[in-house]
Amino acid sequence: MGFLDGILGRSKPPKANLDVLFSVPQAALTLEAEGFAFSGHGAVCFRDAEGRADDEVIASAQEMIRTDPTATVEMHHDEFGFTWLEVIRPTGDVSGLVTDLHAVNSTMAAQGFDASMLCSTVVFEHEGHRSALVYLFKRGTFYPFVPDPSAARRRDNPTELRMRALVENDVPIEADLGRWLAIWGAPGL
Amino acid sequence: MARTRFRSDRGLTLRMGGVGLGLVLLYVLFGAMLISVAGSLWVAVIITLGMAWGQWYFSDSLALKSMGAHVVTPEQAPELHAMIDRLVALADMPKPRVAVAVTDMPNAFATGRSPNHSAVCVTTGIMQRLDADELEGVLAHELAHVANRDVSVMTVASSLGLLAGFLTRWGMWFGGGSRDKNSGPAMIVVVLVSLVVTAVSFFLTRALSRYRELSADRSGSYLTGRPSKLASALVKISGDMGRIPTSDLREAQSMNAFFIAPALKGDAAQALFSTHPPLQTRLDQLARIGADLTERR
Repeated sequence: MGFLDGILGRSKPPKANLDVLFSVPQAALTLEAEGFAFSGHGAVCFRDAEGRADDEVIASAQEMIRTDPTATVEMHHDEFGFTWLEVIRPTGDVSGLVTDLHAVNSTMAAQGFDASMLCSTVVFEHEGHRSALVYLFKRGTFYPFVPDPSAARRRDNPTELRMRALVENDVPIEADLGRWLAIWGAPGL
Repeated sequence: MARTRFRSDRGLTLRMGGVGLGLVLLYVLFGAMLISVAGSLWVAVIITLGMAWGQWYFSDSLALKSMGAHVVTPEQAPELHAMIDRLVALADMPKPRVAVAVTDMPNAFATGRSPNHSAVCVTTGIMQRLDADELEGVLAHELAHVANRDVSVMTVASSLGLLAGFLTRWGMWFGGGSRDKNSGPAMIVVVLVSLVVTAVSFFLTRALSRYRELSADRSGSYLTGRPSKLASALVKISGDMGRIPTSDLREAQSMNAFFIAPALKGDAAQALFSTHPPLQTRLDQLARIGADLTERR
């Protein structure tokens, strides 16, 4: 947001940074070597705006993903009014998943909805528990999110910090820990 | 390729620019008058500007204190925090402090000198009356105030008006009894000019405040993508506000400029005096934004 926009009261949501997502396959390789296997799940989280215009965009994005028979796509609505488009690649093809996620993002961005993109997740499995690498569209950065399996709504911070240390050379990591948003109940987790 | 669906309202920007320009011109003339007429007024100038600066610098804690609000942690208000977390992630801004005021008056305000030193406060009344989507619309409106730096803009806009008002009163009390014969006519000029500046700047800052509200409505509803939720929240709050006894509200008068809906009920003729645009104007604008979002490409 520019200073002038602030003075004139025109501050607007920033645009999403989409291309950084393509660094995920490298991070997935690094994580796999340490026992974090790609689970086949990934998702895009965005704000479902009023009206039918964005619904049509989402429908066409889903169709685009379904053209690949190995990928399935599901839509979820969470209690915060955000919509999740979950892509499942049972074969564990990370690059295919990232391409799918990018297809959703760029379709939405082309229709002017890039301001409403919140985050994107790629889900991993480690010792039977799910963990996620979350991409913040507006920051262009990643952070790990690992729910603690032993307690409801508690994060497994040691594993999160371990994941950060593993991937920090592959993807840009969100430096401000205060922005490591918890995403309880995200699809695939 | 991609165009954002966020459109700035050119008319609104122009009107706001016009009011701002008017204020700057007014204050430059006023400043020139002060410098040319009286060097002895510098004490008043420093005191008033110092007070305005202090009000601006400590705006977040002052506003929270005067509303009896207390800052809540994510453990105390998990839903409220989760909602704000998502909104600030969408808007890519630092998270403000979150506060709750225990009062039945349904209201919300944002304050603070910069996005890094800001606070958003909601009352328990507003949380009871609005559903989650509506409350989110209101919070997005308040976050837009923070992103637009409205506390800073309004402080700058009103500070010299305050100074003019101060000089008017000061001149009236002490100007007549001046022992220095030469300063007599000069003092009269100062008082008269200050009087005019006070009046004009009052109306201009009120107009500016109304435009800032419309801007915050715009930015906020583009953030959530749901202008109709903010509209229904506004209708609910405005309806409720009218039914609340005025004795409670008078205490809140000084906070009015930063409320989502003004706590005092004004007559229709008071449009010029009010800090907030009429409900219908706000609803019309939100309906237009809704149409922008629905438009197919």
